[in-house]
Amino acid sequence: MSGNIELLSQVLATAKTEGRAALVGYLPAGFPTVDGGVRAIRAMVEGGCDIIEVGLPHSDPVLDGPVIQTADDIALRGGVKISDVMDTIREVHTATGAPVLCMTYWNPVDRYGVERFAADLAAAGGAGCILPDLPVEESEVWRKAAELHGLATVFVVAPSSRDDRLARITAAGSGFVYAASLMGVTGTRESVGRQAQDLVERTRTTTELPVCVGLGVSNPEQAAEVAGFADGVIVGSAFVKRLLDAPDLESGLTAVSALAGDLAKGVRKRA
Amino acid sequence: MSSDFFIPDPEGHVPSTEGYFGAFGGRFIPEALVAAVEEVAAEYEKAKADPSFAAELNDLMVNYTGRPSALTEVPRFAEHAGGARIFLKREDLNHTGSHKINNVLGQALLTKRMGKTRVIAETGAGQHGVATATACALFGLDCTVYMGEIDTERQALNVARMRMLGAEVIAVKSGSRTLKDAINEAFRDWVANVDHTHYLFGTVAGPHPFPALVRDFHRVIGVEARRQLLERTGRLPDAAIACVGGGSNAIGLFHAFLPDTDVRLIGCEPGGHGITTGEHAATLTAGTPGILHGSRSYVLQDADGQITEPYSISAGLDYPGIGPEHAYLKDIGRAEYRAVTDDEAMRALRLLSRTEGVIPAIESAHALAGALRVGQELGEDGLLLVNLSGRGDKDMDTAARYFGLYDSDPADPTDRPDQPDQTRQAERAGQSETNPERVK
Repeated sequence: MSGNIELLSQVLATAKTEGRAALVGYLPAGFPTVDGGVRAIRAMVEGGCDIIEVGLPHSDPVLDGPVIQTADDIALRGGVKISDVMDTIREVHTATGAPVLCMTYWNPVDRYGVERFAADLAAAGGAGCILPDLPVEESEVWRKAAELHGLATVFVVAPSSRDDRLARITAAGSGFVYAASLMGVTGTRESVGRQAQDLVERTRTTTELPVCVGLGVSNPEQAAEVAGFADGVIVGSAFVKRLLDAPDLESGLTAVSALAGDLAKGVRKRA
Repeated sequence: MSSDFFIPDPEGHVPSTEGYFGAFGGRFIPEALVAAVEEVAAEYEKAKADPSFAAELNDLMVNYTGRPSALTEVPRFAEHAGGARIFLKREDLNHTGSHKINNVLGQALLTKRMGKTRVIAETGAGQHGVATATACALFGLDCTVYMGEIDTERQALNVARMRMLGAEVIAVKSGSRTLKDAINEAFRDWVANVDHTHYLFGTVAGPHPFPALVRDFHRVIGVEARRQLLERTGRLPDAAIACVGGGSNAIGLFHAFLPDTDVRLIGCEPGGHGITTGEHAATLTAGTPGILHGSRSYVLQDADGQITEPYSISAGLDYPGIGPEHAYLKDIGRAEYRAVTDDEAMRALRLLSRTEGVIPAIESAHALAGALRVGQELGEDGLLLVNLSGRGDKDMDTAARYFGLYDSDPADPTDRPDQPDQTRQAERAGQSETNPERVK
């Protein structure tokens, strides 16, 4: 069974023809529970997210700020396994039809088995992987497996990436390019700086792939600003925070859906 | 004796240009850190080729650190080790009290050369943190040290030392609240502040070039000890023994002996409450290959690749990873790694204190406990070299509680360490409890 890289590309292309950016929403699997996580992700899509990233909770999330660290911790204490992450991806994709990527640190994939992980992700209907601590130099084994199973390999580029590296990274990637808006870990920020736009412009000179921007985006105004220069807007911590702050799951789901709705308007406003 | 103390590996056969020691090492880091790590690698290559760098570092090692460190024979201690001769390489006598200063001074000079003004570091026992705070005071650099909350409690003396030296100490409350989590937090800081901050990594792990770079700054330990032992005894040791957490003092001792294939290289891992209890940090004894903190090596992990929480009475060894060069030395069979329990280490700590007047760090006591066992295996003709990586002042609270040394504690009925037979029996009992396996 082949993965859904084509679906991912179609959704990004459709947003482009509509003259807007795509909205990409992130939540870790198993948070607050496996079933609750599936419902929360479905609420993101129902509220207006075009593309979903399902996080694989990790014991050592070195690229995540306190909000996602807390969510990962809750998920792991609840006993979430890689099989639960695959089930979450399958259920969300089946229920919504949206393209679903897995975002994971490299060690769980390495331990699970690269080929096995790619095969299971494709079988679950996944569209690809974002591997934020796997640099392009170490990625060949994964990329072969991903290509074989019809999965996208989304690389992260950073403001510190020099132009020669950008070309090398984007040539190896597929699906889209994840441009980190700033130097730092995940979490909401007051503003998304000028360096995000610079990075997107530099990235575009190296590739035809869509460029989506993440890190720090949390509200419709920022979404509109980023949508002015990027093909997609990625929001994670703000969704996690809605669930953490809610007194119960039902009100959390309502808050998640409402935020997705607001952000969906934002990506259609283009500052 | 030569006055050269900066002795980078002349062999040049490991690691590869990509940072691999066999199947281990590499660079598994976020894209945001690639430029910074490449800058460290490039600056180190330039420094190695620059005689003024070696001259400045050599001067610091002699006139600030106090190198060469002494080599001390410990005959009263050795009576408990089957009569083998035992020599201790006294890294505890370096300025700041451990081997850590060797690497810190080298990287502090690199920091200056890169034009960075701020240094961050992780620390477990606090020895790397104290050394880093010391170098930052010396060179006028801003310093922030990340330390697991549990470690700030059990190594409170070192927290005070770092603050006295002007460093900011941040207690890390995430995860297992020990060394692993301190490293996570330091990486998070580095990603956000990399333009003006150097991450002064404290062990031979992490992404390339840190495993080779940190090793090179510690090679002086083994080079000196090899020369000193030859001068004193006319021969090489049967075994060179060191404790391993991340593995920096061990690789520093081992490296000069790699071509001496008759010299066994023995790393003593923290066996905690015993391997079978699951409460240990014996990564090479009980771990599996995986990626942690930027390189592939052995790690303690579950079937899903989640890192499991380590345990050791020693804050400096309480780490679920290990430097990739040790993983390589294990796999090619050049070095062997054994687990030493908390109890064995604590008994060795007391024994050295009472027989030789030297109080070792709990970390180093793991190597001493290993030497007691290896000495009994070798018998009277044995010659052992043990790296005494640090002094034990910082551990006096832990030791006092363990042995009941405070006035309010009940007296310890087993407090008779000067009777070899009795202690040997205790050693053997400790061995059968833990069932340590020699890894070959």
